[in-house]
Amino acid sequence: MIALKLVDLHKSFGVTPIIRGVSLDVHAGERHAVIGPNGAGKSTLFNLVSGRFAPTSGAILLKGEPITGRAPFEIYRRGLARSFQVTNIFPRLSVYENIRCSVLWSLGYGYSFRRRVSMLRDANERSEAILERIRLASRRDVQAGVLTYAEQRALEIGITIAGNAEVVLLDEPTSGMSRDEAAAAVDLIRSISQGRTLVMVEHDMSVVFDLADRISVLVYGEIIATDVPERIRANAAVQTAYLGAAVDA
Amino acid sequence: MSEAGRATGVLAPSTRSVLARLEQHRLWLVAALILVALPYVPGLTGNFGRSLLSQMGIAAVFALSYNLLLGQTGLLSFGHAVYFGLGGYAAIHLMRAISGGLPIPMPLVPLAGAATGLFFGLLFGSVTVRRAGVIFALISLGVGELVYALLRMLPAISGGEEGITANRTVGLHVFGLTLGPQLQIYYLIAFWAFVSAALMYAFLRTPVGRMCNAVRDNAERAEFIGYDPVRVRIVVLAVAAMFAGLAGGLHALNYEIVASEAAGTGRSGAVLLMAYIGGVANFLGAILGAVTITWLQVNLSDYTTAWQLYLGLFFVIFVLFAPRGLAGLIVMHREVARTRAFFGLLRAYAIALLPAIVMAIGAIVLIEINYRSATQPEAGPKMTLFWIDIDTSTPWPWLAAIALLAIGYWLFRRSLPAVSSAWEHAAEAARTQR
Repeated sequence: MIALKLVDLHKSFGVTPIIRGVSLDVHAGERHAVIGPNGAGKSTLFNLVSGRFAPTSGAILLKGEPITGRAPFEIYRRGLARSFQVTNIFPRLSVYENIRCSVLWSLGYGYSFRRRVSMLRDANERSEAILERIRLASRRDVQAGVLTYAEQRALEIGITIAGNAEVVLLDEPTSGMSRDEAAAAVDLIRSISQGRTLVMVEHDMSVVFDLADRISVLVYGEIIATDVPERIRANAAVQTAYLGAAVDA
Repeated sequence: MSEAGRATGVLAPSTRSVLARLEQHRLWLVAALILVALPYVPGLTGNFGRSLLSQMGIAAVFALSYNLLLGQTGLLSFGHAVYFGLGGYAAIHLMRAISGGLPIPMPLVPLAGAATGLFFGLLFGSVTVRRAGVIFALISLGVGELVYALLRMLPAISGGEEGITANRTVGLHVFGLTLGPQLQIYYLIAFWAFVSAALMYAFLRTPVGRMCNAVRDNAERAEFIGYDPVRVRIVVLAVAAMFAGLAGGLHALNYEIVASEAAGTGRSGAVLLMAYIGGVANFLGAILGAVTITWLQVNLSDYTTAWQLYLGLFFVIFVLFAPRGLAGLIVMHREVARTRAFFGLLRAYAIALLPAIVMAIGAIVLIEINYRSATQPEAGPKMTLFWIDIDTSTPWPWLAAIALLAIGYWLFRRSLPAVSSAWEHAAEAARTQR
């Protein structure tokens, strides 16, 4: 089954084309990495899929349903959540509140003003469980804005997975982390991607080859190859376009 | 921080929430007792005192409703008085209808204000909150001017500048309440203020209330966890407008008159002043700001015609030096107040306060002399300031004022290092104590 399907997607900013005809099938349950040199359009691609920008042309289908040009909250409600490359949290809310706000929609509380959040058992239990999972339980009452960088990255992932979305997009989840922090993040990503479809943009090749079931290589707004890691490593076009330099480094 | 987190983490979540709930209820109980006792506090037992308390209660509801917008959702409005004024008009017309024989008890009149506020909040909200920030602020200013102008153009409804009057003592007298004495009207206002505050506090703890804070912090991320920030803002604007309308209804009951200024820019500005002086992001701050500004408005105007100028200065000083307002100052001192070093800090404050007073006297004399010679030249050069007769045609009062200002400023600056070192000392003590 195909969880996410991109059909001939184009995006231009003014006259500058950034995404130039991307087609891609992401299978349900797979961990799919998108790699490519800086400026290839990886983040833009995520922004199109998650509804932050509307594509210039082309179509995006989530579980077979078109979501092209929909607002982010509509796409989220259909089961796609994303994280951000630049940490994008609720800085003045506590860590716990960050997570609890992120579970509310998926549990069906919507815009309710008749119930107190402290009385919502399912929301609080799930929030506690997610805090444990992202290892921030000891920091639950701290303002999110004063967390360390690595902690904010973990919270970023926590917010993304809190709503139990079937398809999760992670934008450079280990960027700016030390080796140890990145290793912990890989464990976390591996555990949260159980039973979900994961698409991630990542620069760290060891993380990519460690985690991904399949890899797509995006160069100047086009996907030049999509395949399993071993064959991506061996692909001559990929080597010349991008990977050789990165692997040697 | 992490130690505190670990300490609370020891308790099971259920125990913690029960304790927290008890703590909350205790605060509300204390608040209710204070509201009941206030009109019997010496100095507040007269009509003036009780009328002041009534005004504070109205202002507190209005400021709390504004806190929902600015403090909790990050919506800076320059036209919040629109809902206060429209609610006030709905209430005053209902009061007239009751005089005409409509069988509704007078104490329920504020609900008409609330319903009107809610209606217009939904109406204007659905078109003004597409964008937050500067755009919303400017649109709110425009809506404010528009409504004010409309009210002035419809004197049959608004009574224009003279306003519409009514009598609150007619109609059904529930429990024998005539609403004649100021004490009765105070208790009615206190009741509605208490209910409003509790409801607004509860609102902030509902799913949509929590999302108000989330939208304030990061509207974009809110979209990526399933919420439409525009919808959240419409909800909060409608709720805030409802309570502003209720405050307007209380205003109608208290004064038995509503004029177009009730919806004017001046009132919209005053509530912004209350929010900043009390502390923008703080629920209690709104009440503190409302009480302080109302007190200043009522008292300063007795002493000087330049009271608005002082209010403005007060506002500027707060925004510059205490941007988190009175509530921020309290929060800042809460931990150091438990240390012994706090007394050293108080001493340093007292020492700095003396030159500050000298400086303030110099400034006040200068302002008063200038204000009077500019606005009331016919009053002549002789005036009395601080119980001293002065003649402004001679240079001496001017020189004395400038000297006080300069000397006060110089001494004040010299006292500041002692304040900051006392603060460091106290903060250090608070850290080690924890």
